[in-house]
Amino acid sequence: MTLTRRLRPYYLSLIGLAITLVFVSPYAVMLLDALRPSGDVLASPPTFLPREWQWNTFGTVLSDARFLNWLRTSLVVAVSSTAIVLVAAVPAAYFTARFRFPGRTAFLLVVLVTQMFSPTSLVVGLYREFFDLTLVNTYLSIIITNAAFNLAFAIWILQGFFSSIPRDVEEAAHLDGCGRVRTLWHVMLPLTLPGLVTTVIFTFIAAWNEYVVALTLMQDDDKKPLTVGINSYVTGYQQHWDELFAASLIAVVPVVVLFALIEKHLVGGLTAGSVK
Amino acid sequence: MTDQLDTPVGAAGTPAAPTAPARRRRRRETGHASALSAVPWLIVPLLLIAGVVVYPAIALVQASLSDYSITGLRKGSAGFDNYTSIFQHDDLWTVLANTAVWVVVVVALTILIGLALAQFMAKDFRGRTLMRWAIIIPWAASLVITSRLFTLILDYEHGILNRLLVNLHLLGEPIDFLGDDSWVMPSMIGVGVFVSLPFTAYVLLAGLNAIPGDIVEAARVDGASPWKIYRHITLPLLRPALLVASVLNLIYVFNSFPVIYTLNDRNPGFSHDTSITYSYKLAFKAAERSVGMSAAMGVVNVLLILVVVLIYLRIIRWREVTQA
Repeated sequence: MTLTRRLRPYYLSLIGLAITLVFVSPYAVMLLDALRPSGDVLASPPTFLPREWQWNTFGTVLSDARFLNWLRTSLVVAVSSTAIVLVAAVPAAYFTARFRFPGRTAFLLVVLVTQMFSPTSLVVGLYREFFDLTLVNTYLSIIITNAAFNLAFAIWILQGFFSSIPRDVEEAAHLDGCGRVRTLWHVMLPLTLPGLVTTVIFTFIAAWNEYVVALTLMQDDDKKPLTVGINSYVTGYQQHWDELFAASLIAVVPVVVLFALIEKHLVGGLTAGSVK
Repeated sequence: MTDQLDTPVGAAGTPAAPTAPARRRRRRETGHASALSAVPWLIVPLLLIAGVVVYPAIALVQASLSDYSITGLRKGSAGFDNYTSIFQHDDLWTVLANTAVWVVVVVALTILIGLALAQFMAKDFRGRTLMRWAIIIPWAASLVITSRLFTLILDYEHGILNRLLVNLHLLGEPIDFLGDDSWVMPSMIGVGVFVSLPFTAYVLLAGLNAIPGDIVEAARVDGASPWKIYRHITLPLLRPALLVASVLNLIYVFNSFPVIYTLNDRNPGFSHDTSITYSYKLAFKAAERSVGMSAAMGVVNVLLILVVVLIYLRIIRWREVTQA
């Protein structure tokens, strides 16, 4: 018993390491492919390590003006979409969590149903709509689209967090003279921080990786987001697998950084602390 | 109805404090509002949904009732001809069977493995942060690129996985993961689960984190076994998070496009397609080249997933969704 207890942290770490390897290994292959000349990627028989190390791929990609344009688009789109989702979802989630009103169930079901439409099947209609509004090839078009497609998740998650906060907390704030909006801002939002963080991560990643809509709506090469733009490294005409993979790995970095910055709030469980 | 709706159970899994009858009554009084007063709180989502989902959805339905030339020009109304063509198509049943296998197996495996993974992620050990960062990578990476990566890894001739398995003597002969009819679906399912796990594990982890530690602690003090605690305390409190994870996975996996489209790219016909890639190919890739049929299949797809989710919610008591 004492022995297993002493060993426990080590074997947990070992299992953790194994899990880490499972999730990382495909991307380790990607890294190795980024560090070999493109022709080597499709060599037969394949080798684990590059036959010839090509260290400058990441430098080449980072100094590619097109890549930097795509990166900027992705950042602008993901940040703006996330902001819009928060602004739209927080009030709706709060209100539906706290009040029964005619149409409440209908609203929540409509929100859920919007999530069921595959962007692939809506993209033709979206293109026509944005074309009529002369918004094709604008950041705004894909920002709005990403925001709308991610609303359902945000409202759903946040509503759960809001309804898990005891009403007493809010009533105490009311008695102290806080208005509805101030209570929401100063009392409820800090308590739903894990929910907000979850929403931010999910929306940011979804917008960061959105492909089909951006592929259709963004036709100017310098306005494409990364997901669409980097595919031009490997086409029927040219095959730069090394650059495609280097660019893809760089594209992962902002997400992991965002995640590292806010992850500890995800762990929080702040709601539990407020219930006494 | 009322009881269910008035017991707040958060998606985070925190149950409401026990409610005395008197308090419950007061709760209901403060909790009522008119539809009009809801408008300012809901207007932004409603506008976004109307503009970005409802409008193109109407366009989709219109397209499904129209006749198009091979180049995509609308020639006029087609009535229900597109739907008739869809239902008389030889491959429809293959595609629907593929879809059922794909959705059920990927979602079930994702939830089961995700549950174990989340449980493990909640433990404290050296290297936990590293593991959590590693798990986020498949989610952070573009699905299109990950799919292209796996076409290389799983390749019969150039693929590193076959090389590895043969070198380790786990395989005598390489397997044609993406070409052999009996391996295409399992390979796609493997990749599908791999890319769905991070999202699922994090939803479930958030749910686990929201379970108050003192409830579990109290059960432990009372002498409950770990399995009993898990079965009777953790799982019930995790229900809302499980609900979110499973419903969203059902939808995402059903609508999943890049994995199937990319991994199955070299195979002709529809024998490994799901209904989403099928509807895309009908318009852009297959012999049909029919925008109308593709749109009709798009409408059928939405109805399919809607029915699947409603059945699922019915099974697990849907009222919690509008609450949680």
